[in-house]
Amino acid sequence: MSEPAIEVLRAGALTTVQDLGRPSWAHLGVPRSGALDPGALRLANRLVGNPESAAGLEITLTGCDLRPTRATTVAVVGAEVDVRVGTRPGDTGRPLAVPGGTVLRIGPARRGLRSWLAVAGGITVTPVLGSRATDTLSGLGPAPLRDGDLLPVGAPAGPPAPVDVTVPVVPPAELHLAVRPGPRHDWFTPAALDRLLGTAYEVSPLSNRVGARLTGAPLPRAVAGELPSEGIVLGAVQVPADGQPLIFLADHPTTGGYPVIAVVDDVTPLAQARPGTTVTFHGSER
Amino acid sequence: MRIRPVGAHALLLDFAVTMGAPDAAPPDLGDSAATQRPGEPRHPARHTPSRPQDGDVATTVEAWRAELWRRRDQGDLVATEIVPAAATILLDGVPDPPATAARIAGWTPAPPTATAAAGTIEVPVTYDGEDLPAVAAHWRVDVPAVVRRLRETEFRVAFCGFAPGFGYLTGLPTELAVPRLATPRPRVPAGSVALAGPYAGIYPTASPGGWLLVGRTGLTLFDVRADPPARLTPGTRVRLVPA
Repeated sequence: MSEPAIEVLRAGALTTVQDLGRPSWAHLGVPRSGALDPGALRLANRLVGNPESAAGLEITLTGCDLRPTRATTVAVVGAEVDVRVGTRPGDTGRPLAVPGGTVLRIGPARRGLRSWLAVAGGITVTPVLGSRATDTLSGLGPAPLRDGDLLPVGAPAGPPAPVDVTVPVVPPAELHLAVRPGPRHDWFTPAALDRLLGTAYEVSPLSNRVGARLTGAPLPRAVAGELPSEGIVLGAVQVPADGQPLIFLADHPTTGGYPVIAVVDDVTPLAQARPGTTVTFHGSER
Repeated sequence: MRIRPVGAHALLLDFAVTMGAPDAAPPDLGDSAATQRPGEPRHPARHTPSRPQDGDVATTVEAWRAELWRRRDQGDLVATEIVPAAATILLDGVPDPPATAARIAGWTPAPPTATAAAGTIEVPVTYDGEDLPAVAAHWRVDVPAVVRRLRETEFRVAFCGFAPGFGYLTGLPTELAVPRLATPRPRVPAGSVALAGPYAGIYPTASPGGWLLVGRTGLTLFDVRADPPARLTPGTRVRLVPA
């Protein structure tokens, strides 16, 4: 009898294997990667009885269609999407039993952008540097899913969580993100921080897992010239030459040469931010 | 050294600011970092672009990198990432940044001579890069002199970045810095040995790139099954010997 697996019938726009990423390798140029909203993946894993660190799928905008070879339990957490198990509608945010050979359809996101699917036993593709995450920047980890892929699934670690329903978190229409200035706010004019904190920005369609690009009031530099490459953190608000800020997400490079004016405390809301979403910033209490 | 807070969980040790600058701003440490409020820009630092080619800065970064890695191994320092770069070291995943900054300010790194334990690696290089004549022109020498210089230089991995396993190698003097190509090549083959600015580097995988190509090596530089996965880790001494 073959090992349990999930057949990818329709991969959708961008579906990747994600777990909690591969931190601790940045000094070798290896990005952290991992689910853009780790809390959502952890919840999905708990719902199906997995350790929180198990690998699942990160599904973007257009959804995907899957067919497990054996009966299993899945959970979908994240964007507002329609889920169907065969012909029956299923809910997000709770464990769903999927009979072997039955098609599981994750529909397009109605609100928000990304969903995380956990399967009992986890996706067990070969780990790379301790993680099964697809890193879209460096190419480490498995390639993004393609139609016809067969994903190995592990043995269930425990029973699904005994819950009827979880409280869905509706993706907000506008994001208000807390930031802390620095480390290179002194490369900008004082007006730049005022603009960042005082005006609204919009999420650009060029955003991806590497970073959320914003458009809005440009942030003027006080210091010309290049910044020697330096280490980058998750949530760093980097400002390239055009003055339009970019917020680094999970697949961010480990070093960069544009000054970072501020750092966002919690980037996870950006995982659901569609192009056009309004973003404002406010100060963060230490 | 100036210690800059980075978000809620990180610190940036900046070695460029105070290098040879008696009028440099005082370091932001402990409580001064803790009391900084968004919307209140700190007093601007001296607006002198730092110079990564400055040998003193690279040496200081290396000494601190070794010290911080050692302190973390000993349990003196908690940080998920310690990332050296051209003139800075990032500490990410630090539990209490202001307290950690205050403690770091009291440390003195051991001199780099005592920290050369990272070893020396010989990289066999075939010196046939298509940009050798351009490098020779920048250096105002002929191609054989460029090759001789690269062969004889003891490089050191200053830091990694750009791609997994890509090491920025220092060792060439400032005056031999070369510009990048105005238009990067769409594809530079894996193993290409190249120069840009004051650095040498070896492309671990094929990628677009704007560095000047001087040669190639068959050595595998990044292997996820190896420990460590990168052959060129920060602090490693490197010789680009003839293949």
